[in-house]
Amino acid sequence: MKFIVSVKQVPARDSSLRVSSDGKWLDESDITYEMNEPDAYALEEALQLKEKLGGEVVVLCAGPARAAQTIREALAKGADRAIHVQIEETGTLDALATARLLAKAVQAEAADLILTGLQSDDLGYGQTGVILAELLGYAHATIVMEVEPQGNTVRVKRELEDGWFQNVLLPLPAVVTVQSGIKKLRYATLMGIKKAKTKEVKTVAAAQLGGDKTPGSVMANIYMPQRSKQTQMLSGDAKQVAQQLVEKLKFEARVL
Amino acid sequence: MSVLVVLEQRGGKWNRMSFEALTAGQKIAQIFGVPLQAAVIGSGIESLAKEAAGYGASKVFAVDHELLAKYTPDGYTAALEQLIKAANPKAVIFPHTYQVRDFAPKLATRFSNALISDVVEIKDDAGKAAFVRQLFQGKLSCDVQAAGEPAFVSVQAGAFRGAEAAANESGPVEAFAPQIEASQIRSKPEEPFREAQRSVDLGAAEFIVSVGRGIKEKDNLPVVEALASALGAELAASRPICDNGWLPMERQVGSSGQTVAPKVYFAVGISGAIQHLVGMKGSKTVVAINKDENAPIFETADYGVVGDLFEVVPALVDEIKKAKA
Ligand SMILES: Cc1cc2nc3c(=O)[nH]c(=O)nc-3n(C[C@H](O)[C@H](O)[C@H](O)COP(=O)(O)OP(=O)(O)OC[C@H]3O[C@@H](n4cnc5c(N)ncnc54)[C@H](O)[C@@H]3O)c2cc1C
Ligand SMILES: Nc1ncnc2c1ncn2[C@@H]1O[C@H](COP(=O)(O)O)[C@@H](O)[C@H]1O
Repeated sequence: MKFIVSVKQVPARDSSLRVSSDGKWLDESDITYEMNEPDAYALEEALQLKEKLGGEVVVLCAGPARAAQTIREALAKGADRAIHVQIEETGTLDALATARLLAKAVQAEAADLILTGLQSDDLGYGQTGVILAELLGYAHATIVMEVEPQGNTVRVKRELEDGWFQNVLLPLPAVVTVQSGIKKLRYATLMGIKKAKTKEVKTVAAAQLGGDKTPGSVMANIYMPQRSKQTQMLSGDAKQVAQQLVEKLKFEARVL
Repeated sequence: MSVLVVLEQRGGKWNRMSFEALTAGQKIAQIFGVPLQAAVIGSGIESLAKEAAGYGASKVFAVDHELLAKYTPDGYTAALEQLIKAANPKAVIFPHTYQVRDFAPKLATRFSNALISDVVEIKDDAGKAAFVRQLFQGKLSCDVQAAGEPAFVSVQAGAFRGAEAAANESGPVEAFAPQIEASQIRSKPEEPFREAQRSVDLGAAEFIVSVGRGIKEKDNLPVVEALASALGAELAASRPICDNGWLPMERQVGSSGQTVAPKVYFAVGISGAIQHLVGMKGSKTVVAINKDENAPIFETADYGVVGDLFEVVPALVDEIKKAKA
């Protein structure tokens, strides 16, 4: 089977985020990047499916030049080759514009199963995979925990709210958006890292793909959230804040 | 022109977030100066539609078809595409439920538009609506404008108060019969199910110590276990902790875990993503311990401590033991 995994490079989770001076995106000067977390799980699922069923895992990423590093990481973990759609925009492409680029880039691949993460850690649209499915005319399922191809169909376990689940059968080709935590993630081995250097990365400029570029929505300005609730912040060393907190819980909140 | 709110029901029962979407819809309808309409989708949903008509909408569409009895993205998208083309609203509003996440982006794409997802606030920008979304799981906010019409918007759980039924006032219900063929529906959903019975009922706990990724390693769990035992509290966790297998799934709090409402909830090394917050917002008192002063959890907390949990928690255990002695 041919699996395509979409992988986004996002600011590392512990980055300290500062809005750029124009208020449109982040000051990227001291940010480090990593693979979007659910995408790492989508990749893991694809690699395990390939190990079981044979086939090929192709990594798909739209991002600026720096995203090459995340693509290498995916190849080092065992993906076979990659498509890097090079874009100028670092963070501000909306889900529709992104999905249009990704759809153009993979149309000719005729994949059996496309796996995306369910949500990006930075923009958090939770949409790119679903839009991609619609643009390609594929069936889809979201928030997927398990993937089990059966002939020309795939049975997936979806997460619903409040601890409920549901199995859904989809015809192939299909897109599934993968939830974090479905499998234990592997690390890249030294051997894998070495091999990755020889694997094919096809680079296409977004402009080369052409197509509709109108966004579905426009981010006007980004800012730190305004705090609305009066939270009592306690300060001092560990012992002092512990003492204050116990006082407050005892005499103010009256819960101890 | 109108603002259309798409309500969610499953098996004849409302998803309560539908009423929060109605409130958001009202606000947007006011900004645009157009009437509010609502839609209920399913099979045999007439009585639900009648009930919805009591919530202040000028009209409720009962989108009824036997192929809509079970939710599928293909069925719902086809039905709503037809309704939207017929009703021609300026904006379509949804609650940001798992079901909406599954089909609304597809629907919006049919209109060459994108869903403005998980909106927490709506601003009146001189007769235009600006929708506030969170980025980086609540660490930043962003004002978003729709690029085309209709705008598609989903609203975050708990961001708006649920609409109340208007006293003895009720708009009309209009039946809408979409054209759908069985062959259009590609996915085959099975019955929803739950995994093994839960053996801990966090919902009944008076004290909860909840631990997040700030704990770093499984081997560090005794740090928070000591706090739980000093307080006589149940231990709970954010999702990544359960995903990693450090604590059992049944101790997960949040949208895909348990909903809790203790007297005191200690959030230790938890950032405060919305999917976690929805599970613990009902707590009477919330204490947050986090080394990042900008962590969104502080917005929900009554008492906040910016600091290293590995220093603060042991000190707190000592003080609690003293207070209890
Ligand atoms: C559909 C869906 C459903 C989900 N369901 C749930 C759910 O039910 N429950 C849930 O919890 N999540 C759920 N999530 C995941 C959620 O979005 C967040 O990713 C998750 O809650 C983050 O967990 P966390 O706060 O422990 O980790 P992080 O976001 O990584 O936060 C860790 C925090 O620890 C702090 N920290 C680090 N070191 C220290 C230290 N030494 N001392 C003090 N603080 C420290 C950091 O500053 C940070 O704020 C869901 C997500 C999706 C998309
Ligand atoms: N620029 C991108 N390149 C590759 N995949 C992406 C990109 N943006 C989003 N995706 C995929 O779509 C998923 C959902 O992203 P989002 O819709 O932004 O929440 C991510 O988890 C990725 O798998």
